[in-house]
Amino acid sequence: MDALRAGDEAAFVSLVRLYHPRLLRFAETLVPTRAVAEEVVQDTWLGVIKGIHKFEGRSSLRTWLFRVLVNRARSAGAREPRNIPLHDVDPLEGRFAANDHWRDPPETWSDRVDSKLVAEQVAARVRACLLQLPATQRQVITLRDLEGLDAADTCELLGVSVANQRVLLHRARSRVRSILDVELRGS
Amino acid sequence: MPFRRRREIACRQAVDLMTDYLEGALSPRDRARLEVHLAECDYCVEYLAQIRATIDIAGRIEPDDLEPEALDELVSLYRRWQSD
Repeated sequence: MDALRAGDEAAFVSLVRLYHPRLLRFAETLVPTRAVAEEVVQDTWLGVIKGIHKFEGRSSLRTWLFRVLVNRARSAGAREPRNIPLHDVDPLEGRFAANDHWRDPPETWSDRVDSKLVAEQVAARVRACLLQLPATQRQVITLRDLEGLDAADTCELLGVSVANQRVLLHRARSRVRSILDVELRGS
Repeated sequence: MPFRRRREIACRQAVDLMTDYLEGALSPRDRARLEVHLAECDYCVEYLAQIRATIDIAGRIEPDDLEPEALDELVSLYRRWQSD
């Protein structure tokens, strides 16, 4: 960070290498198109170059970068991406009997993910399916599970309540689980 | 004193509680209810394991690689700012 403040270009380049792909991925959940996302991320870096002296190290650098990004996306008139979720129904619809017990119980596959190879192959396939999630769910799962941010930072960045964040996370994980279910069951 | 039976939950409610459970956000009473249910329902144990697997897989999803053009553009932006 000191190198960056001192105007060290190599420090800037390594920061870009590390965070640009992550910033772009998150930006795509905030704005309607890839092109706008690219502009917003570029704008974020400009903000970083100009404002690096304002970073006080109270939050992690990544959280700070994401906060700059959210502000830039908002001033670019961030509206939710126009993705139409393919199936906006409860992924467990019809799986429970009238007495609320499983009618169609989950098949056993969780242990298959213990294999690193399987996990990485499946991760690559799940990536494309994330676009099916409603934007707010995609924002939350991106920050929480793809980036590994904690709930407090996620709530602050997205401007949602703790309770709402949990609801969105629950729905997002249910959907991704159902995608995994298709990938892994019976195979 | 009348004996108060703990109200048991079924699978649908167990599933609904799982994210809050993993977040450590359940009340002690709901947490106990869920754990009682999990102790006797292998299907819900598997479902919870699948949610944990989902979190694990999500953490392995890589972003797109940085495009060289994007890096070049940012470096020239940086140089312009430094020289101003």
